[in-house]
Amino acid sequence: MIEPVNKARRQFLVGATGVVGAVGATCVAVPFVSSWQPSEKAQAAGAPVDVDISALSVGQMLTVEWRGKPVWIVRRSAESLAKIDAQATELRDPASEKSTQPTFAKNAHRSLKPEYLVAVGVCTHLGCAPLYKPNEGTVTPDWQGGFFCPCHGSRFDLSGRVFKSVPAPTNLEVPPYRFLSDTMIRIGEQDKETA
Amino acid sequence: MSTPNKKPHSSQNTGVDLLAWIDERFPLTQVWNEHVAQYYAPKNFNFYYFFGALALLVLVNQLITGIWLTMSYKPDAAHAFDSIEYIMRDVDWGWLIRYMHSTGASAFFIVIYFHMFRGLMYGSYQKPRELVWLIGMMLFLVLMAEAFMGYLLPWGQMSYWGAQVIISLFGAVPIVGDQMATWIRGDFVISDATLNRFFALHVIALPLVLVVLVYLHIVALHKVGSNNPDGIDIKKNKNHLGLPKDGIPFHPYYSVKDMMGAAGFMFFFALVIFYWPEGGGFFLEAPNFEPANPMKTPEHIAPVWYFTPFYAILRAVPDKLLGVMAMGMAIMFLFVLPWLDRCKVRSIRYRGWQFKANLTMFVVSFMALGYLGTQAPTAGLTMLAQFFTFTYFSYFVLMWLTSPMEKTKPLPERVTE
Repeated sequence: MIEPVNKARRQFLVGATGVVGAVGATCVAVPFVSSWQPSEKAQAAGAPVDVDISALSVGQMLTVEWRGKPVWIVRRSAESLAKIDAQATELRDPASEKSTQPTFAKNAHRSLKPEYLVAVGVCTHLGCAPLYKPNEGTVTPDWQGGFFCPCHGSRFDLSGRVFKSVPAPTNLEVPPYRFLSDTMIRIGEQDKETA
Repeated sequence: MSTPNKKPHSSQNTGVDLLAWIDERFPLTQVWNEHVAQYYAPKNFNFYYFFGALALLVLVNQLITGIWLTMSYKPDAAHAFDSIEYIMRDVDWGWLIRYMHSTGASAFFIVIYFHMFRGLMYGSYQKPRELVWLIGMMLFLVLMAEAFMGYLLPWGQMSYWGAQVIISLFGAVPIVGDQMATWIRGDFVISDATLNRFFALHVIALPLVLVVLVYLHIVALHKVGSNNPDGIDIKKNKNHLGLPKDGIPFHPYYSVKDMMGAAGFMFFFALVIFYWPEGGGFFLEAPNFEPANPMKTPEHIAPVWYFTPFYAILRAVPDKLLGVMAMGMAIMFLFVLPWLDRCKVRSIRYRGWQFKANLTMFVVSFMALGYLGTQAPTAGLTMLAQFFTFTYFSYFVLMWLTSPMEKTKPLPERVTE
């Protein structure tokens, strides 16, 4: 005698095998997906960088490499700091509410010492390195000095704050840093009390 | 020892015997007939029908020259740039193989754009060829990824910053965007890890996907049969043998014709390789002759010409997320074209003025965006790019709106010559 096919039982077995198989496939996918993450070596490469700024004169910019990215140190003049908020109404986020930065940078000059701006020189749009354009009128007729990204035309003021109606969504990132002395900056570390 | 009255086999018989031996074990004759010798294609193919076969030819060129390049190339951030120079200067004929590959990439896109334009013009995406079109669009997408990853390998300035911009596009995705970008790079910046994995994807993973998709593209095509410049179904008119009256076997008719096309193509391809390999900065961009420098973006960065239409759309939108979405939509809309076109007539020859005007506008927009994508963004050019982005997308909207009410011409019974 031929036993009739128990369809419900067969369906249950197919379903159960499918579920177990899917769980297994997902587990096997984990190492393959995770292996694309930055390796331990890449994660460890974020050591702080010490920079001597004694030779930096007013108006000059110094670029150093930290975690593979360019970090700028700009020595701003007293005049440019005096009018740093002159174009505040044209900025997207003048008070740095939505910026990636240490809390000490949440002010108009976005820095520990007003004179020195330290910022990650990577455009928040698509990651190009903006150009330092300190001279008035060099980018737009009413340009007060700042940074201009040649890739997609994003503009930032001398505090790295983004202008409205450009593609970059947020202000330039300020890395954690602290002054070791008057002429030495350590990038990648910040004092506990200011954090 | 052989019997004296047995005649030795002639070579003719040996061949037949061998084929019979194979056919008992593998459907060689069957496959050959089904897809080549007895695959009936419409007899009225024109110039535009060269490009499918040419795409296959360029793919083979890329595969062979690519394999040869991997023999001397080093996927290491410290050595990649130098290894390309080594190929160009020190490897015997290295310059030729490298130029065949780098110029071949541009040739691939020229051929593919003609091939796609043919599909748009003659309605080859329409029922029942939707899957042929969808698989073709997937091929286009994978080809773009393949080209993009290949462009990082020389590790020049444009390689580096192009990859930086394109991978940063993923950062526009809300919440998980930055993690995704880091996951793709395998580092917090474009680095050796990125270069090494792009090499793996460029030389192994994506070529395999491409070859499989090409196979599926052809299987799907041979199931439904080729469209033609009249856009009518040749299977409706069959002779007493059940063969389409307007069809001719692919081999020898189109195999020979395609060889002619291949010869013509290779003539121009060789001219470019020998006399204009950099394509005036369009095939190989000037900043890429400088090693990658993560500290300095080139003054003006633009992708290679075949990406510039989409790049111009990205730049035209003054918002990061919306810009990325617009660029993605520019390609996604092409996927759904078979369902946006609601007209029953396929070919431009018998369609209404709306279709002709619309397709013209689309081609003009695509080329204008392609030009604008190569230029530095000024206020005026950005306005222009916004205008052409609008007209680019209008194509799809107008297709949906006007296709049901087009006044089409009557279709012929048989293909015209």
